[in-house]
Amino acid sequence: MSRSTMVWLVVFLLGAAGLATNLVVRPKGFGLAYVHDEPVRRVEVTVGPPIGADANEPTETKWVEAGGPELDRPNVSRTTTPEVSWIEESQVTPAKAWDEMQGDPSYRLSLKHTLGIWVAAFFTLAVLSFLWRDNPVYKFAESVIVGVSAAYWMLNAFWATLVPNLIQPLFPKFVQSWAMPGTTGEASDFWFVTLVPLTFAVMLLLRLSPKGGWIAAWPLAFVIGTTAGMKLVSHVQADFLSMLSGSVLPLYATDAQGRFELGTSIGNFVLIVGLLSVLTYFFFSVEHRGTIGKFARLGVWFLMVSFGAAFAFTVMGRITLLSERLEFLFSDWLWLIDPKGAHTAMGLLFSIR
Amino acid sequence: MKRAVPTLIAATVGFVLVIAFFIPATQSWGETAVVWFNILAGVAFILGGGNLVKVQLETISARRKGYGYAIVTLAAFFAMLAFGLLKIGVHPQAQYPLHPWAGPHDAPSSPFGWMYEYIFSPITATMFASLAFYVASAAFRAFRAKNVEAILLLGTAFLVLVGNTAIARITDALPESLAFLRLDSIVANLMTYLSTGAWRAITIGIAIGVAATSLRVLLGIDRPYLGRT
Amino acid sequence: MLKFLEQLDRRVAFLLMGLAVAIPILFPLPLSYKPSPLAQSAFDAIDRLPDGSKVVFSFDYDPASSGELQPMSNALVYHCARKRHKLYFMALWAPGKTICTETIATVLLKYRPDAAYGEDYVELGYQSGNEGVIKIAATDLRQQYKTDIKGTPLEAIPMMEGVNNLQAMDLLITISAGYPGSKEWVQYFSTPFPRTRMITGTTGVQSVSLYPYIPNQIAGMLGAIKGAAEYETIVNEQYPVNGKPVPELGEGQRRMGPQLVAHMLMVSLILLGNAIFFMQRKARREGRR
Repeated sequence: MSRSTMVWLVVFLLGAAGLATNLVVRPKGFGLAYVHDEPVRRVEVTVGPPIGADANEPTETKWVEAGGPELDRPNVSRTTTPEVSWIEESQVTPAKAWDEMQGDPSYRLSLKHTLGIWVAAFFTLAVLSFLWRDNPVYKFAESVIVGVSAAYWMLNAFWATLVPNLIQPLFPKFVQSWAMPGTTGEASDFWFVTLVPLTFAVMLLLRLSPKGGWIAAWPLAFVIGTTAGMKLVSHVQADFLSMLSGSVLPLYATDAQGRFELGTSIGNFVLIVGLLSVLTYFFFSVEHRGTIGKFARLGVWFLMVSFGAAFAFTVMGRITLLSERLEFLFSDWLWLIDPKGAHTAMGLLFSIR
Repeated sequence: MKRAVPTLIAATVGFVLVIAFFIPATQSWGETAVVWFNILAGVAFILGGGNLVKVQLETISARRKGYGYAIVTLAAFFAMLAFGLLKIGVHPQAQYPLHPWAGPHDAPSSPFGWMYEYIFSPITATMFASLAFYVASAAFRAFRAKNVEAILLLGTAFLVLVGNTAIARITDALPESLAFLRLDSIVANLMTYLSTGAWRAITIGIAIGVAATSLRVLLGIDRPYLGRT
Repeated sequence: MLKFLEQLDRRVAFLLMGLAVAIPILFPLPLSYKPSPLAQSAFDAIDRLPDGSKVVFSFDYDPASSGELQPMSNALVYHCARKRHKLYFMALWAPGKTICTETIATVLLKYRPDAAYGEDYVELGYQSGNEGVIKIAATDLRQQYKTDIKGTPLEAIPMMEGVNNLQAMDLLITISAGYPGSKEWVQYFSTPFPRTRMITGTTGVQSVSLYPYIPNQIAGMLGAIKGAAEYETIVNEQYPVNGKPVPELGEGQRRMGPQLVAHMLMVSLILLGNAIFFMQRKARREGRR
């Protein structure tokens, strides 16, 4: 048996033993998810003008909750359209489910979400396994995420932007009957303008074909031209002019009562020296020699300080993300801890808190 | 034709956006261009998906090394795509019960929502989190106080690392007259003045660079959209 | 000893980091925080607005950064809920839309159960286009957003009346994990339209690059988990529930335990690494003689 196989075997055995122990010390189990089923019943009503108002005012047809208070209003009456109902499922914490489950069958254990937690735990460990070395389990997780995220972003763009802003203006009636019933179904006066982005969209997708690639240069030129136009103005305004005007700071700083503030004055001086020296370092048209060279060197020191700070903040960020992941494993999956008060009281091991 | 039209498109739309900023009467031209831009940004995701399928299919048909993983990628892609596109397991919106297609494609109780919650979320989050391990290793192996620059970098990192933790409160014991020596105010001043001066210079430098690049695109000097053809 | 340390496997550092984070999660440390001026000014920006002001809240992150940013979102949404501000939710990142809906369910509706959809809050959702979305929302929101996420046309939503663009907002809050995010909001909205003040919550990675915009272009900032913990502390003090801290507002403070131990580990690793480096250098010099 190779060393690597040995290590994996030990890890798996330890893991299995841990899970088994956890199951024994935790009579209610762990890694479980519960849901609440809520029936949604909708009825169609017509809402007439309020009593006493002009009877010629138009009536409105809409859907309301069956048995809801709106149905009792005198100007509201049901249409002949039959009631539509379905069951909306929402996740609840195990603690809540156990409290409610006794007399209420609408709270139940969810196999789908329970499996989900275990799948999520599997993928979390699969990605972490890369720390030991590259392995098929990690590669599997990596391949899955590539496919899933590509489809995820694609569909969000499709439903959120392309349907309402590209397809709807061109086919308002169809889109109203299909995905956007809230729209009027009438074309706007300038609907044909949308043919331009449609043409660009088709041209862009031609990039996928082996031969039509060159035609994609048109929409790409549009995208790059727009980006350039937007960035030119925004960068000059926000990152150049505002940054300069924001750095015109008093070297003799005073507080609201007009008293001299030593700390702020020194701070402002340091900030301005830092800004100028780093700019000098970035200025390549003059040779960095003599006084300018020394000043530019000071700029490098300022840069190093800001990189050091950036490094420390990055470390803080990554550590936080790791603690979120471990919290998921310990709390949502293994139920070793319960910071959110979501499931069992502590097991034997971690009862002292 | 292959070169002139794209150059003209880029220049026109770019200048329209610049003009729209300065002349309020032309603002709506700029808005139209941006609406189209946002549509094309959406189409780019579809292009991305299409491209992924193309590349993976090539890998599989050529039986290149690791083509098994390409099959996994494709299976994951098409599963997610089918769930979201067909809105499988999605209920209608409460106010439009007769329009099942108007329901949210990403409802948490749908298979699409399930894959988001239990596959997309944990994998991306863990991939980002693993970097914590690599910074630890890098801290041990790569950070060496070799010269003044490195000492400054390390020293600052040190101060900020310690100053950002709860342990920094030990220095709260310092009297009010020495409050500026408390670790948290050292870090605050370091961030507000020392680091910010340098970072403003970097921001200004980038702004000039971006403005220059943008102008080159608008004037047709740079034509990145033509690619290598 | 030196030889052993020189050849130390990098996986030992990995293991130490894992333990440094895991142990304080299993055995939490009781820690307390003093709010920094930046977190305080973010708090003031929300608190000094009259109750019921219009606030646009953009979720510009994904689950990969939730560990850092979700505590901020919870605390900020809770604070806005207690101030009864009108919230206009949107997202420049697609997952932000899902995270937003969850946050509304767990925080907003729990602590402001009377909040009516369409009157007190509305979810505009995600749109593709990155900074393009900000640019268009700043001048003519309805060209981009035809309906809210429930498919209701904006004209039929009471709180959208008179809101043709984001300039109608009193405050912008963005929780951002990168591009597009805080920086783009500064460039395309808070700088050209300075009437609407901007506060932001951001990841550690981009905090430092946002300091230059403070205080003129960004009024307040929560930087990384420390910013989140500080904000939770302020809000829990000012707006407790029945005199007690809000249970949903403890995630940031909780993560400061692992942060403390792991930061100390980082400092020790840097020190140890350098000690080895200087010992090696000394040994090499002696060897040359």
